[in-house]
Amino acid sequence: MKTDQQIAPPDSSPGADLEFDVEKIREDFPILKQKIYGKPLVYLDNAATSQKPQVVMDTIHHYYVTDNANIHRGVHCLSQRATEAYEQARVKVQRFIHAAESREIIFVRSATEAINLVAQTYGRKQVQAGDEVIVSAMEHHSNIVPWQMLCEEKGATLRVIPMNDEGELLLDEYEKLLNPRTRLVAVVHISNALGTINPIQEIIERAHQQDIPVLVDGAQAAPHFEVDVQALDCDFYAVTGHKLCGPTGVGILYGKADLLDSMPPFQGGGEMIRSVTFEKTTYNVLPHKFEAGTPNIVGGIGLGAAVDYVSEVGWKNIAAQERELLLYATQQLSALSGLRIIGTAKEKASILSFVIEGVHAHDVGTILDQEGIAVRTGHHCAQPVMDRFQIPATARASFAFYNTREEIDVLVKGIQRVIEVFK
Amino acid sequence: MSDEVSHLNDLYEEVILDHCKNPRNFKALPEANRKAEGYNPLCGDKVTVYLKLEDGVVQDISFEGIGCAISTAAASLMTETLKGKNLTEVETLFQGFHDLVTGKGGETSQMGKLMVFHGVSEFPVRVKCATLVWHTLQAALQQTQEPATTE
Ligand SMILES: Cc1ncc(COP(=O)(O)O)c(C=O)c1O
Repeated sequence: MKTDQQIAPPDSSPGADLEFDVEKIREDFPILKQKIYGKPLVYLDNAATSQKPQVVMDTIHHYYVTDNANIHRGVHCLSQRATEAYEQARVKVQRFIHAAESREIIFVRSATEAINLVAQTYGRKQVQAGDEVIVSAMEHHSNIVPWQMLCEEKGATLRVIPMNDEGELLLDEYEKLLNPRTRLVAVVHISNALGTINPIQEIIERAHQQDIPVLVDGAQAAPHFEVDVQALDCDFYAVTGHKLCGPTGVGILYGKADLLDSMPPFQGGGEMIRSVTFEKTTYNVLPHKFEAGTPNIVGGIGLGAAVDYVSEVGWKNIAAQERELLLYATQQLSALSGLRIIGTAKEKASILSFVIEGVHAHDVGTILDQEGIAVRTGHHCAQPVMDRFQIPATARASFAFYNTREEIDVLVKGIQRVIEVFK
Repeated sequence: MSDEVSHLNDLYEEVILDHCKNPRNFKALPEANRKAEGYNPLCGDKVTVYLKLEDGVVQDISFEGIGCAISTAAASLMTETLKGKNLTEVETLFQGFHDLVTGKGGETSQMGKLMVFHGVSEFPVRVKCATLVWHTLQAALQQTQEPATTE
């Protein structure tokens, strides 16, 4: 029995299964075994894209070797198999984010396309001159530009929820922005540049009190914790597959069925129609109405395998491992003189942006690369965030559940090397 | 010493670090008659080149901006090198510098201090950092209105 005197060893992960073994998990990711310039790869760029487990690669390979056919339009056996695998993947994703129905899961190319889809359909129909769309100060460009384009076209205004120096949104200011001209709130769940986990539930509730729908950019959130779109009651939720152990070129848009039904289609073509004559076309039902043309079939199937894999690793384990990595890295990096962490919100995911006094992030990236360490440097497609903190760029280490404490030690040594070169 | 360490030392030569920390001609130039801005969207480097060109000779040249060590040192050393040069010499140096950082070899006898950038060729993603200010200079010479970019 545990007594009060017992202190947990530093590497224990509260909440993790006893059998969670990061070394075993790493076996699932063959790419991690390689050396870069003779040094073990330390992959800390997971917020840009995650690595892929063997099972995802096997699924893709298997599909092309045994099942490949076009879907929804053949009576032959392969087409049926391919269709079934694709539609099964949709159900897997539905369960993964706890959507009520699988027709609320629209396969798209990426989170970017999911957001553009909403802007070009829902947005173009609902937003008129003088209306407003609200985004936050920490959006990725993919959740700024589509709305800017829409506002420009319609003569509407883009409003921005400000944040504090820690990288937390100011909810009182948000409240003030909401008004009868607001047509949509589009906010990121987890900031890719700062790591902030936004109080998305509260943001949604406040908008709903005024009957304003909310789109959540979940590109960074879906890989880190269990997303429940019904509990959140969000109207749209955007996910990108490649950050979630899945292949590139596939993502999903979740939308409430009644909203999706009321929206005009996105692109026109095959699959999204019910009948076509030169006089008139009637559209297909959800989700096909929004999936014109031959989709990324293997991408969808690969994403299905990815969400199965992530579920199998288990949210408890992922949360425990990532929390420990974040705490350890924050502690270790904070101890380095001249280093400043950008993004110090109370609620944070395992994303650590930092700047080093007198050293440009790009130089940090080059020197770390020589040590086999992959981090992202630059503005992270979030230039307004850089402007807010008055910095040109940051270096960003982002951790996944397959990263280790030892890798953070390597990172710290690498940063010490940077400081040495520039001292 | 391992290969990587020596590559890194080649890139961050003493002279480059010195020019990064204490950039020369780092100021606006009120008497400039040419000026251009450059931007590298990959890393957010921004540079403005000021040029006082008279009778085809660079009478004075300076720069302002924010950037990484390579781009800052490249700008600093470029301004130092080009003062007093005529347009033909400027063109030759630009060509030589470009060949040097992209590892094309070429004629290097006129390059002088700019030779410290030879290590850049081992780091292909950093070539744009080194050439940004030179592209910006080209824009100033051609008086292009559009900001120069490395794309
Ligand atoms: C917060 C956030 N939103 C959206 C995106 C866009 O994802 P994708 O490029 O896969 O469309 C990213 C990816 O960097 C992101 O971090």
